[in-house]
Amino acid sequence: MLVQLTKRTLVLLVSLGLASAMVFWFLSVLPGDPAQVALGTGATPEAVAEMQERFGTDRPLTVQYLDWIGGLFVGDFGVSYVTGATIGPLIIDRLMVSLWLVGAGMLVALVIAVPLGTLSAVHHRRPLGTVLAGVSQVGIAIPNFLAGILLIGLVAVSWRLLPAGGWVPPAQDPIEFLRRLLLPALALGIIEGAVLARYVRSTVLNVLREDFLRTARAKGLTPARALVRHGLRNAAVPVVTILGLQLAVLLVGAVVVERVFVIPGLGSLLLDGVANRDLLLVQGVVMVLVLAVLVLNYLVDVLYTALDPRLRAAA
Amino acid sequence: MSADALAAAHPQDPSVSVLEVRDLTVATGGHTLLEDVTFSLGPGERVGLIGESGSGKSLTALAVMGLLPEGLTAGGTVQLRGVETDLLRIGERERSGLRGRRLGMVFQEPMTALNPLMRVGHQVAEVLRIHGTVDDREDATRRAQQLLADVELPDPVRIARRYPHQLSGGQRQRVMLAMALANGPDVLICDEPTTALDVTVQAQMLQLIAAGVADRTSGLLFISHDLPVVATVCERLLVLYGGRIVEAGPTHQLLTRPRHPYTEGLLAASDLEAVDDQGRLPTIPGAVPPDGRFPSGCVFRNRCPRGDEACTVWPGWTGREDHGVACWYPSGAPHG
Repeated sequence: MLVQLTKRTLVLLVSLGLASAMVFWFLSVLPGDPAQVALGTGATPEAVAEMQERFGTDRPLTVQYLDWIGGLFVGDFGVSYVTGATIGPLIIDRLMVSLWLVGAGMLVALVIAVPLGTLSAVHHRRPLGTVLAGVSQVGIAIPNFLAGILLIGLVAVSWRLLPAGGWVPPAQDPIEFLRRLLLPALALGIIEGAVLARYVRSTVLNVLREDFLRTARAKGLTPARALVRHGLRNAAVPVVTILGLQLAVLLVGAVVVERVFVIPGLGSLLLDGVANRDLLLVQGVVMVLVLAVLVLNYLVDVLYTALDPRLRAAA
Repeated sequence: MSADALAAAHPQDPSVSVLEVRDLTVATGGHTLLEDVTFSLGPGERVGLIGESGSGKSLTALAVMGLLPEGLTAGGTVQLRGVETDLLRIGERERSGLRGRRLGMVFQEPMTALNPLMRVGHQVAEVLRIHGTVDDREDATRRAQQLLADVELPDPVRIARRYPHQLSGGQRQRVMLAMALANGPDVLICDEPTTALDVTVQAQMLQLIAAGVADRTSGLLFISHDLPVVATVCERLLVLYGGRIVEAGPTHQLLTRPRHPYTEGLLAASDLEAVDDQGRLPTIPGAVPPDGRFPSGCVFRNRCPRGDEACTVWPGWTGREDHGVACWYPSGAPHG
């Protein structure tokens, strides 16, 4: 177990190192010098050079990279070239909003996927199973911004049940926070739930064919109880792996959904940064997104070993 | 006198069968895989069901247990002592109540038959807790450890905390046996319980099975294709071919004086001393037809050295239910 954990942690650290170098390099080769952008097209070369010195962009790329990465270790993402604001606290603020959204979206997805997938596996080759599989197919085909717009149109505009967008921090007003979280979480989670339901369905189908499930029934468990007691945890092992991969998809989905629901999350920050050519800000946000995906995958790997005793043996 | 009272009054009476299977038929979409299988099992009696792969041995076991895969349907009757209704006609809930309590089963594959994510002690304790045969969790844990000790697993307290992948095949099969015997079933079905095991651990496993059913006077239905194995465990044999019982009789008689040509072929194929003039072991010519497409009439006629026109009609059963043959041209003297 300890060996496995050490290995996984090493892999995580190496991936983070590589990812940070790639993020930095990709953004530095993009055309458009930040100093030039900040000063506008009419700036004299002397002014641009002075600005480059102030930003530190006149130094060699490796020095700039090491400076940036060193800052990340202490939470210093630098100062925006465009607005002059400190980037670190801004990202942390927005990250918390996005994490709420992604977490709630994942919860919605699981609440949909586990029963839907399990039911359609159990009713495999019977009418209900086919209907449920069809429903999840339709779900997969809908992009989440469309789901968001439909939800706003129905729930917020036609029925006037919930606000159409905006954000209230949970500490300020928990009830209003939930009211505003619900629709975007649904927009994000329903689609994800449909995708996940297909994985749940196929793993449950596999588990249903397992010998140990027949043993469970031979012991006197009804089919339903045998599946719940012996099947679902076994099915959870591959589903958790997929969950890790899908979290990345969900983070990307959140960028779009935040736009639709006017939520000040990391996604909105990223899009604003791109629009303003705020290089350092974009770099920081992308790095945080990469970090989130890698750390989540790392946690999933750890969870995976906790679920399956066979993986605990040092291989 | 009710069946339960009868059973209680004569717990050892061999004349009261614990299990009565009549005309058991298993079919899938109009295609018959098992036909007219009839046999009974007395308390403490050990009956072997033999035949090559595809003969319907496992289907018989699964039909009795009510665990046939989806798409297969069973007909006929299966009567368990003390249960008024035919097992094939009772609800799933009632059947579940009988499985693991009055009917126990050990499967062929010890590597996949246990839940990989659950400690084996917990899996044994579960079968006690499902049927409420223990007071509480501690009692179940203690009893489970005792059951593991009964199947001669060394250091049962430690073994109970292991996961299946940490045990050998032989150890897992012992765990399966401990589970199947936990509630003292009336009937224990073992489907090729030693086939997947090393020869060295086979004998120990067979002894444990024999001792386990003797202690509980359970009837044993032992399924195998391995004649020497069956001969050491069973008092009585049923020979299955093409989904039909073709011969039945006491082990010794059946093995020394087989009457059905298929039984003769099986015996010749098991005789490692006998070789033909080219030094090859004898085999039964031909093979089991694919998808169970056995010929009409006598199912063995396309592989039978004695088959002729008469064999296009099923010969029917001659002799007693527990000692007879289904053949137009049986060897030896007719049964008296």
